[in-house]
Amino acid sequence: MSNKVPSNNPLPNKERVKLPRQRVPEQNPEVRAHNFLEVNLGFPIEQARQESLRCIECPKPGCVEKCPVSVDVRAVIDLILAGDYQGAASKVREDNALPAITGRVCPVEDQCESGCVLGKKGEPVGIAYLERFVADWERETGQFGSPVSAPATGKKVGLIGSGPASLACAGDLIQMGHQVHVFEALHELGGVLVYGIPEFRLPKDIVRHEIEVLRRRGVEFETNVVVGKTVTIDELMQEEGFDAIFVATGAGLPRFLKVPGENFNGVYSANEFLTRVNLMRAYLFPQYDEPLYPCKDRDVIVVGGGNTAMDAVRSALRLGAKTASIFYRRTLVEMPARVEEVHHAKDEGVHFEMLVNPVEFFGDEKGNLTAVKCIRQELGEPDDSGRRSPVPIKGTEFVTPCSVAIIAAGTSANPLIQSTTPGLAVTKRGYISANDDLATSKPGVFAGGDIVTGGATVILAMGAGRKAAKSINEYLMGAPKESVQEKASTAVSAD
Amino acid sequence: MFAIVEARPLARGIKLFVIKAPRIARKQRPGQFVIVRLDEYGERIPLTIADADPKAGTVTIVVQAIGKTTMLLSMLEAGDSILDVVGPLGKPSEIEKFGTTVVVSGSVGTAMAYPTARELKRAGNKVISIVGARSKDLLVLEDEVRAVSDETYVVTDDGSYGQKGLVTDKLKELVAAGDVDYVLAVGPVPMMRAVANLTGPHKIKTIVSLNSIMVDGTGMCGGCRVLVNNTSQFACVDGPDFDATQVNFEVLTQRNNMYREQERASIERLQADPEGELRSLRESMAMRRECAAIEAGVFDE
Ligand SMILES: Cc1cc2nc3c(=O)[nH]c(=O)nc-3n(C[C@H](O)[C@H](O)[C@H](O)COP(=O)(O)OP(=O)(O)OC[C@H]3O[C@@H](n4cnc5c(N)ncnc54)[C@H](O)[C@@H]3O)c2cc1C
Ligand SMILES: Cc1cc2nc3c(=O)[nH]c(=O)nc-3n(C[C@H](O)[C@H](O)[C@H](O)COP(=O)(O)OP(=O)(O)OC[C@H]3O[C@@H](n4cnc5c(N)ncnc54)[C@H](O)[C@@H]3O)c2cc1C
Ligand code: SF4
Ligand code: SF4
Ligand code: FES
Repeated sequence: MSNKVPSNNPLPNKERVKLPRQRVPEQNPEVRAHNFLEVNLGFPIEQARQESLRCIECPKPGCVEKCPVSVDVRAVIDLILAGDYQGAASKVREDNALPAITGRVCPVEDQCESGCVLGKKGEPVGIAYLERFVADWERETGQFGSPVSAPATGKKVGLIGSGPASLACAGDLIQMGHQVHVFEALHELGGVLVYGIPEFRLPKDIVRHEIEVLRRRGVEFETNVVVGKTVTIDELMQEEGFDAIFVATGAGLPRFLKVPGENFNGVYSANEFLTRVNLMRAYLFPQYDEPLYPCKDRDVIVVGGGNTAMDAVRSALRLGAKTASIFYRRTLVEMPARVEEVHHAKDEGVHFEMLVNPVEFFGDEKGNLTAVKCIRQELGEPDDSGRRSPVPIKGTEFVTPCSVAIIAAGTSANPLIQSTTPGLAVTKRGYISANDDLATSKPGVFAGGDIVTGGATVILAMGAGRKAAKSINEYLMGAPKESVQEKASTAVSAD
Repeated sequence: MFAIVEARPLARGIKLFVIKAPRIARKQRPGQFVIVRLDEYGERIPLTIADADPKAGTVTIVVQAIGKTTMLLSMLEAGDSILDVVGPLGKPSEIEKFGTTVVVSGSVGTAMAYPTARELKRAGNKVISIVGARSKDLLVLEDEVRAVSDETYVVTDDGSYGQKGLVTDKLKELVAAGDVDYVLAVGPVPMMRAVANLTGPHKIKTIVSLNSIMVDGTGMCGGCRVLVNNTSQFACVDGPDFDATQVNFEVLTQRNNMYREQERASIERLQADPEGELRSLRESMAMRRECAAIEAGVFDE
């Protein structure tokens, strides 16, 4: 240990690797299956310290390499061991603007934790739990020290959408001294963080807190503005004095299966189901006046295998479904959802039906859904994406009764901005084309997040927001080009 | 928050509101709508923009009280505010020189059809309006409609005013007489369906404005989908106007009945204590106004 950075870990490496991974306290599955409170309760201080002790402080940490925004995990962990939780939180914030959120929703098994050396033999360090711990500590103790902003530049930037891409961009731009105005189509701020991801996984208060911090730092928010309808990008730039625009409108359009019977009552897109439940709080009906087609004591199926599907099926369960099932056309291995959510869903009693695909929905004379017909699948040759694609097996159709069916088969680009902004180039699938600096074909207009990459992750969207802030700053201040190269590698186009 | 600057009853259970919403007033075109949410506990409901004054920064809506949200809204007065108003949403009505146009509307549909009728007139069309209502006390905007129409026919189910009968009776006469190039029908689903059945065989271009259940109004949820030409279309972004002959009205009716039970529960809840609901809505508005004032004060320093 002699030539290493001074460490706050008292244990020799031999001892560290013997320590078991800390289990994060969770609500009991039988209880939580009936409420919308957060499942994961987070580490208390002692457990956070115990988990931190496991880190062997790699000279070339795989965890940092695998984090899309290169959070300096090793340094964060060392600060936790030093007892400097505020310092640890600030350290995370250098690369990740919303740690309380990523600490809850990052698909760590594909990211930081997949790079952790301890994972090779045993279990990786619980990095996300630690990240969440320091962010929660900061919020709960009110320790957040607002960074000082640069002197005002007099430049005004408009951000369209209020999801993670925009929020991260706003934080950086305000710090650089620009005036920042965020436009959001819905009545609530946060994008998928509030209308998609449910309360039991990401409490809305946490998102609200992050937004409040930005507001205090001077970011202006305007809800109920659908850019493209209420006002166009050209109008913002020509008439309202915006010097640059960042488009972060997400991948909002629901895909349906295009099979017969999809208009029966009880067939929902996951977007609609989750919007009613989360954004409109239908689970608190009648206090909140938002109707939802009843799930209580009925059979609910959810078609799909991503996070959206998992969120929908677990919400249905909490609304009292008799059975709540995932119908997925591949197998558990190919399922894109976070591993932790799949485990949670199983513990709560969600049923998994693999290698099936709906081909038709049936309803009664009132138009209410009664059953679904599916066909069994087998995995064929790997497709372009390397995943083995499902092939229907002839003669294996079967009919299952269900009253509610939720389609979580992916989303596509909302064309509103693209179709109302002359000069904005799009990809063949309708996403906005942006270069490595996230500049679009239209001068002064930048884009990032799901509207450029297609449905991705919170941390990638945030990384894009930060990268865009940097590019926008350079565009506005005329800084030299070569500094654009940034840590976050995010601008992968959707096609 | 969006201030109500004028509130005026037009007929039994139908009320007109003028709302301060400068951005929407500037951009709206006939046929477009707004989505409103009264307070933080409220649902989002679509309402057509019946008129707008870009200079004053106001839009006009006309609301028929049929359920919880529209009833609560109808209790509001000038000086109150609405928490959220977003728009203009939907595609504007197609305005062209068609020739002789007939605008058929039922009760509150008259307010929804009025801006399009006015624009059709401006575009040089002959505009014939057929205004229907169950009875005289449900009739709205008759004078306004007359002012933009070459001919106006009022039809009531019970004969309490104008001609007795259905709007389709009058439309049938006009179609039989030959000279109709374009029909716009806005009103209850059975009425729109009847109009479609009447004009379809005559190959007269007929447009209906569909009132499916909406949430976001931006194409994000798909809840508003309607079956048009056997494919799903989103009424909030692909419509609300559609070619009448292509619309599957049965699916529309079924889907509009999807929340019957909960709607009834909501109405009962409101009716149990309407004054209380109104009071708490006003209290939460007052609180928000106060917070906004404090914030403005603090951050102006
Ligand atoms: C149900 C669900 C669960 C998920 N779970 C996870 C998870 O566990 N972990 C993870 O990493 N990722 C998850 N994701 C993916 C992640 O949420 C997204 O990749 C991320 O939110 C994208 O961020 P964004 O800022 O690009 O867009 P969004 O979060 O989609 O925000 C876009 C915002 O723009 C607004 N908008 C759209 N059009 C306009 C317009 N014309 N004018 C004004 N505003 C507009 C929208 O209303 C929205 O608020 C999940 C996604 C969903 C749907
Ligand atoms: C594009 C469009 C424009 C409209 N313009 C007007 C207008 O100018 N004036 C007017 O009085 N009404 C208008 N409506 C109808 C109005 O939105 C409904 O009357 C209102 O939503 C009813 O809500 P409620 O809570 O009062 O009644 P509820 O008891 O909830 O419902 C009564 C009926 O209204 C329909 N409805 C319920 N919730 C919604 C919803 N979120 N979106 C749409 N329909 C719903 C249902 O089919 C139901 O049969 C319009 C509807 C659409 C789609
Ligand atoms: S941001 Fe996500 S991937 Fe990066 S360290 Fe934090 S939890 Fe891991
Ligand atoms: S890879 Fe694992 S053990 Fe190594 S520094 Fe990162 S967290 Fe610590
Ligand atoms: S209302 Fe959600 S897509 Fe039309």
